Amino acid sequence: MNAPLMIAADATLVQLRGVDLAIIAIYFLLVLGIGFYLKRFATTGEDFFLAGREMTAWVAGLAFVSANLGSLELLGWAGNAYQYGIMAAHWYWIGAIPAMVFLGLVMMPFYYISKTHSVPGYLKLRYGPEASALSAITFAFMTILMSGVNMYAMAVVMEVVLGWNLHFSIIVSSLTVGVYVAAGGLFSAIFNEVLQFFLIWFGALLIPILGLVETGGWSGMVARIHQNFPGENFTHMWAPMSSPAHNPMGVYWVAIVFGLGAVQSMGYWTTDFLVVQRVLSAKDVRSAKLAPIIGSFFKMAVPLIVILPGLLGRAVLPWHLVPANQAQPGQFKYDDVLPLMLARYCGPGLLGLGITALVAGFMAGMAGNVSAFATVWTYDLYRPYLRKDAPDSHYVSMGRWCTIIGLFVSIGAAYLVTRNKSMMDYVQALFGFFIAPLFGTVLLGMLWKRVSRMAGFWGLLAGVVSSITIFSLMKVDERWVSVFALSPLAQPLAQAMWQALWSCITCVVVTVLVTMVTKPRPDEELRGLVYALTDTAHEQHASLFHKPAFWGAVALVILVILQIIFW
Amino acid sequence: MVEKHHIIPVWFFVGLLLLIYGVMILASGLAEWSQPSDVVLAQLHAPVWWGALLVVLGIIYCAKFRPGRAD
Repeated sequence: MNAPLMIAADATLVQLRGVDLAIIAIYFLLVLGIGFYLKRFATTGEDFFLAGREMTAWVAGLAFVSANLGSLELLGWAGNAYQYGIMAAHWYWIGAIPAMVFLGLVMMPFYYISKTHSVPGYLKLRYGPEASALSAITFAFMTILMSGVNMYAMAVVMEVVLGWNLHFSIIVSSLTVGVYVAAGGLFSAIFNEVLQFFLIWFGALLIPILGLVETGGWSGMVARIHQNFPGENFTHMWAPMSSPAHNPMGVYWVAIVFGLGAVQSMGYWTTDFLVVQRVLSAKDVRSAKLAPIIGSFFKMAVPLIVILPGLLGRAVLPWHLVPANQAQPGQFKYDDVLPLMLARYCGPGLLGLGITALVAGFMAGMAGNVSAFATVWTYDLYRPYLRKDAPDSHYVSMGRWCTIIGLFVSIGAAYLVTRNKSMMDYVQALFGFFIAPLFGTVLLGMLWKRVSRMAGFWGLLAGVVSSITIFSLMKVDERWVSVFALSPLAQPLAQAMWQALWSCITCVVVTVLVTMVTKPRPDEELRGLVYALTDTAHEQHASLFHKPAFWGAVALVILVILQIIFW
Repeated sequence: MVEKHHIIPVWFFVGLLLLIYGVMILASGLAEWSQPSDVVLAQLHAPVWWGALLVVLGIIYCAKFRPGRAD
């Protein structure tokens, strides 16, 4: 064990020097400066909540993929890659790329043409206030809780990795996010997400490069993993999924294809307003269609800086990492793999860059949550139900106050999690309850004009209730895991996939049944909202290379090639 | 992204950040050239070439997207 890592085992994972601290301080100064600079441009509601709808496809696409590239994801998925092997890459490939292409080519035109500010806003136009209010209230509530969880998670990581005080991390990061989002609205959030995207890539890319140099390339890494963990399969994606007993996740390929690829990822990438809001900021329909497809190419590359470091950890780290709930003092857990690899290869300067990337990821996650919360609260709850006809400047002011209040509530949620740590798992599970059924509701609404107002509401409610029921049953009694996940070996990730699949099916079935016994809305009320009644521009005269459909097809072909390579 | 508001492009800020960080990391790498820090593969002097890469990219972005530059 080399010297820095011995220090790590005794105290904190890494120790920063002056140049590292200067790099972190410069990042804080720059984002605050950008926030104040952008304040002058965020004067109308469209500016503050949708960044003026003038982002290019590239900026919107990077912000779209970056909103999901927070530090919780980086640390968590590198840990999952250590635990489950390259199978974790399914969440970046089949669990993201088809959904992003689908969002760009099929769903984005409806979101964009309807000129809505949010996903609940689309539901209001398509179904009416019932489904919209259910979606807006749950989204606002969960977003603010998630922001608190992000804040707490960041403070814990900073405490464990750097030895920083928990309260210091929470206060400094939330104040910074509060100032720059309240100043520049979605402009600030998107600018910060683009900066974060570059920071994460340049902060983390050295790990796989130096890791592969150390192991002698991919084949050398695989050989070392087999040597360190004989008889276990960490380097194939599909081959071990013929039976749950053959892979560390305990999952059938059916759950990956249908649970993850067809429902869970579709639900997240096409209806989670946090990510969809970034694309709504695009300057025109073509940019809005192209943005998620541009994002899909970057998303495909993310396993290089997340999954590969986890695998390299199996090959080169001198200890075996353990699950968080089994870690004894002095032992490292799965989620520590990325900071451990950072400390292994990065000296002064590079270490500061890597840590700044993590801090930026956490702050961008918080900023994304509070900016989405401010939009949904102002446009989907405050305006329709509390104050309908106020001037635009009033709603901008409300958005700014919401950002500040939202952050204070998040701080409260962070301290609540500090007192009751199991809450963190439940808050993250909460999001899963709503996303899959919401996908069923939005998709049916877009593609089938017959779906009635009350069918949308009851379908969504039934899906959510079924999701909560399945989750609770599997937690209360493990025998239910065999029933819903088709195998007693299914791990939490596999259980979540099946839960998403069943809840979406429930939502669709109830929506169809209620539609059959209720009256449809007249066609004239649905123009621009459903496929059969909307003239979406098809770009017949654009050259092949300017067509989003062409690039969507390229993304899908590359996805298939990657599956074959890592089969 | 400058149609309505004439905002400085985000790419300029990206370039500025890469340039500043590149200079700091490169300087740090050169300062410890003869006595590298105690990390694995320290003999490759990663801070030097990584810092240099950031400087080059930072200069390109800053020059291409500097405020006031006509497209």
